[in-house]
Amino acid sequence: MQHSNWRKSIAALTIAALGGAGASAAGANEEYPTDEVNTTGLAVTDDTVEVGILHSLTGTMAISETGSVEAEQLAIRQINESGGVLGRQIETEVEDGASDWPTFAERASSLLESDDVAAVFGCWTSASRKAVLPVFEENNGLLYYPTFYEGLEASPNVFYQGQEATQQIIAGLNWVHEKENAETYYLIGSDYIWPRTSHAIARHHIENELGAEVVAEQYFPLGHTNFRSAINQIRLKNPDVVYSIIAGDSNVSFWSQLNSAGINADNQTVLTNSVTEDEVKAIGAENVEGHYSAMKYFQSLDNPHNKEFVEEFKEMHGEDSVIGDVTQAAYLGPWIWKRAVEKAESFDVDKVREAARGMEFDDVPEGYVRVHEENQHLWSKLRIGQWQSDGTAEVVYESDLIEPDPFPEDVDIDPDEME
Amino acid sequence: MGGYTTSEIATIMAMQGIAGLSLFGVFLLMALGLAIIFGQMGVINMAHGEFLTLGSYATYVVATMFESYAPGLFSYYFPVAIVLSFLVAFGVGYLLEYGLVRHLYKRPLDTLLATWAVGLIMQQIFRSIFGGRGVSADAPDWLQGSIQLSQMLFLSRSDLFVMCIAIAMTVIVAILLYRARWGMRVRSTTQNRAMANAVGINTAKVDRNTFALGCGLAGIAGSAFTTISATTPTAGAQYLVDTFLVVVLGGAASLLGTVASAFSIAQAQSILEFFITGSMAKVLTLMVVIGIIMLRPQGLFTLKVRQ
Repeated sequence: MQHSNWRKSIAALTIAALGGAGASAAGANEEYPTDEVNTTGLAVTDDTVEVGILHSLTGTMAISETGSVEAEQLAIRQINESGGVLGRQIETEVEDGASDWPTFAERASSLLESDDVAAVFGCWTSASRKAVLPVFEENNGLLYYPTFYEGLEASPNVFYQGQEATQQIIAGLNWVHEKENAETYYLIGSDYIWPRTSHAIARHHIENELGAEVVAEQYFPLGHTNFRSAINQIRLKNPDVVYSIIAGDSNVSFWSQLNSAGINADNQTVLTNSVTEDEVKAIGAENVEGHYSAMKYFQSLDNPHNKEFVEEFKEMHGEDSVIGDVTQAAYLGPWIWKRAVEKAESFDVDKVREAARGMEFDDVPEGYVRVHEENQHLWSKLRIGQWQSDGTAEVVYESDLIEPDPFPEDVDIDPDEME
Repeated sequence: MGGYTTSEIATIMAMQGIAGLSLFGVFLLMALGLAIIFGQMGVINMAHGEFLTLGSYATYVVATMFESYAPGLFSYYFPVAIVLSFLVAFGVGYLLEYGLVRHLYKRPLDTLLATWAVGLIMQQIFRSIFGGRGVSADAPDWLQGSIQLSQMLFLSRSDLFVMCIAIAMTVIVAILLYRARWGMRVRSTTQNRAMANAVGINTAKVDRNTFALGCGLAGIAGSAFTTISATTPTAGAQYLVDTFLVVVLGGAASLLGTVASAFSIAQAQSILEFFITGSMAKVLTLMVVIGIIMLRPQGLFTLKVRQ
């Protein structure tokens, strides 16, 4: 088999080398024989390799996770068009976590134990990630997780493409502190682990590093639609900065009630790290105009790689689609895996993990990222975007590259208590 | 209280009182339909929240139509939307009673399960048609912004609007129930079905219209709520627990009780929210409500009837 297809293989590689997009290295792989690149029994053949996508395709999370699925599929298609991974075309097994955490765990076992996939791109909420984590650790699988999240985790079986809390928070607070000369901060968030951990980090930084004051820390249940009390508190305490980590559809009520109460960018600085282009579409640009989001990626980023990415994404998924921070991060997953596999010259999970450490990417939509040598998060920049009347963000600040620090030392957070 | 001066406390009370009034409007509006279906008929309609959502989506569709076909008349879409939301929810409610609920009047627990299933089905239909992402209709100009009462006190126009609709609907329902022939038929049907039948009341027809009216009122509530929050397939379901609490605390068969309990829960929640987190305020309010119901299972207000 390997010898009979030798000529074909060389021919295909030659075509690929000459830039023949779409040419697949059909047949045996002389350069990377299957039994050498796959010593642990993964689903790798001479010309294909199987990976999994595990997101909620149905249920309440479907709408948030759809963007991630679309981005991962785009990346995989592009990788296949440019010749695949170690000469093998990627075949995708898509599983539905159905917004239900035990289902996520069950689908993860099926992908790792029955399908033997080489890597899984998936999960969105921290709850789903925590549900699948034991499965990935037990089977020594690889999960590429796209969402910005609270940190307090660094599993050797997960690559975290989103920013952990300190990356998203500290540079943003420094920026707003300097810009507004801010002495007082009002913290508001949804009541679960991510906003609470983030605010603990923010409060620590505000009080100890910036020497400023937190005038109140307010939480509402997910899905809350009545923010009048919070707005009254903001009026009465008149903070220099309102810092919001309200998640999901509550954002629509919060921002429109804020706006209709006459609190807008002219008289109040509001900084949030929970509003991306996706949320703005539902909130309505007129309600967030002039306010600031802290994210590592905005669709409007001005670099050639991003322009190309946005164009191809819209071509594949429709002109109306918007690309938020998490969608871009999801797009990085297959590329990080591909590059690590090619560097390791192996699909073996242990070798891929080793190869990925410290790997640099300077051609991604967000510009440049580097995989951290130890905790498998990404070194990335933080950007502040100011929302415009057309629903896009204008980047007004860009930080230096920030080291991921999922276990901030001085901050008083007990991860077990938080769960 | 957290180091506030007396004058600050006074301002806070006034501000939160007004915020509480807004919330009162929301609670009252969503509880009205249920006060009729659950309070008068004794039917536990778990799909009540979905009728609210139905009204919201109807409003969204009307707004979108106006935007594309008659942008000049956009400011006036709301009256049309309210009427249409009522009609759509009334119609679906009518069919639901005819097709399902009337067969289950003698089996209250089955009604609970069946209407819950209907609620889930409606949610999935919304999701299939409108998608899972929240949609929101642009509010017309006259509903945007707020009225400044003093330097610290303000009342947003959309809240005022919700309150006005809530009060108008309450008055209409009160007249229907206590001053009109229809109300007498409804009350006699609930109190003694056999006797009502005997004196020539078509109780099946009364049931159907009462149920449909309750659903229609939920549709109006949903329509009004588009001015204060996003519409998602599960938006209405989030109001369901609060709605039942308001009705149960008030005393199921008493309209006045519903008004009083909506007012007290809204004010308690609103004042508490200022001093502790919103989540804790909700927990405390619920605990007090449960305490009251344990002591007074019949609710705050009851009708005196011979047992």
